[in-house]
Amino acid sequence: MIKHEQIEQNVGLLIVLTLLVVSVGGLLEIVPLFFQKSTTTPVAGLAPYDAVRLAGRDVYLREGCYNCHSQMIRPFRAETERYGHYSVAGEYVYDHPFQWGSKRTGPDLHRVGGRYSDEWQRAHLRDPRSVVPESNMPAFAWLEKTPASEGAGANIEGKMRALSKVGVPYTEADFAGAKKALEGKSEEDVLVAYLQGLGTALKTTR
Amino acid sequence: MSDFVNEFWNFYVVVIVLGSIIACALLLYVQSKGAATPGKTMGHVWDETLEEYNNPLPLWWSWLFYITVVFALVYLALYPGLGTYKGMLGWCSHADPGCVNSEYQREVDKANAAVQPLFDKYQKMDLKAVAADKQAMEMGKRMFLTYCMQCHGADAKGSKGFPNLTDKDWLYGGEPEKIIESIAMGRNGNMPPYGGNPDAIGGETGAHEVANYVRSLSGLSHDAVLAAKGKEKYMAVCIACHGPEGKGMEALGAPNLTDRVWLYGSSEATIVETVTKGRQNKMPAWKEFLGDGKVHVLAAYVYSLSQDAKQ
Repeated sequence: MIKHEQIEQNVGLLIVLTLLVVSVGGLLEIVPLFFQKSTTTPVAGLAPYDAVRLAGRDVYLREGCYNCHSQMIRPFRAETERYGHYSVAGEYVYDHPFQWGSKRTGPDLHRVGGRYSDEWQRAHLRDPRSVVPESNMPAFAWLEKTPASEGAGANIEGKMRALSKVGVPYTEADFAGAKKALEGKSEEDVLVAYLQGLGTALKTTR
Repeated sequence: MSDFVNEFWNFYVVVIVLGSIIACALLLYVQSKGAATPGKTMGHVWDETLEEYNNPLPLWWSWLFYITVVFALVYLALYPGLGTYKGMLGWCSHADPGCVNSEYQREVDKANAAVQPLFDKYQKMDLKAVAADKQAMEMGKRMFLTYCMQCHGADAKGSKGFPNLTDKDWLYGGEPEKIIESIAMGRNGNMPPYGGNPDAIGGETGAHEVANYVRSLSGLSHDAVLAAKGKEKYMAVCIACHGPEGKGMEALGAPNLTDRVWLYGSSEATIVETVTKGRQNKMPAWKEFLGDGKVHVLAAYVYSLSQDAKQ
């Protein structure tokens, strides 16, 4: 039996035992998630982000949209009435990393796809108060003036190759067409495309 | 949900959970038996005078620890947590396959039991009667502020590109059944650039002429010479949707050009932009998301908005 004094006076042993104790939580809460069907199998109809939506997603990340918008509808009636079907794990399989967020200064965006027209999204991004006078969202007016291929979409092919290394099933054709897909598109175009695809894999929105 | 890819992970969870609980209990037991030497120091001295006693653990603290151990075991017996074991109470998450009576379902059922009879009642009533019902309008207003205000505004007065619902001017018709249709099925507004015929309009120059004619239709200031030229072009192209008198066409959502209501603006520059670039807009369909009952009450609310409008 190890005595109190032995642990206390042997820093190496103390570190090993401390790590062991601290890791129990992670071993139970995190590790098994990688071996569960519900967290690793994409929901039916979920496709990897195409080049345009992936570039849009990078705009979303760069501008820090996740600071104010969550992408996680919890299974409470108050949320499903407002946003639609609660989020399920299989919808995030191709998100690296997922954009659950942790704070809602603005509304949840997980099922914003198709909720508003493209025109609304554009007007709202350029000047949120032009459509929602009460809004405190910052304007992102410069996005329409920045070509996606120079901004968030630069090196889109490299990003897709990196994602394919962590399990997103892109094909060679996806890589080859990535750069071309962004031609003539602004960062606003790709961001709107990303938003309009959010949460649309589940066919029953209720 | 514990749908592990294989049985190993079940044992993995069970072994670590039970193992760490037993280890905690064991450590506590060993530490509270005999290890203490009350009143004597451990023999170390730090910082000249700092010494450490080896007194027994306080009883209240030990018992709290024991209680947490027992709580953990009872919890794991009652609720799912130990690998794939489902727990004696049969609690399940709504997302679990085959889960009936989940907490979420109970919450939804309870709320539906309260509001569904109301929606059923209103559904059977004529829309105008619903619009006169105070309680229904309270409900309608709340739904409007949840689902509609983002585009149409909290005051329902809309903004550039998004129709004002209070002004008795309707793109697709303001009769009760038309409002229900607009909400349930959505609307697709589409004006093609140059009305689909840039040659007949005559490019940007022609667009200026047409814009002057359009402004003349609603009595706005305009250049009469340009308007006369624009009229010919209007009669060749725009007439198809906006009609010979510019009164528009509800079936297509083509706006009336003779009134003072402008969705995108009435300045010459804006009208030129509308003509040269066209306008696309969309009202999403809400039937699937909201269901007929809510659409009916919302439609009644929208109908009521235009009833007390002065205009």
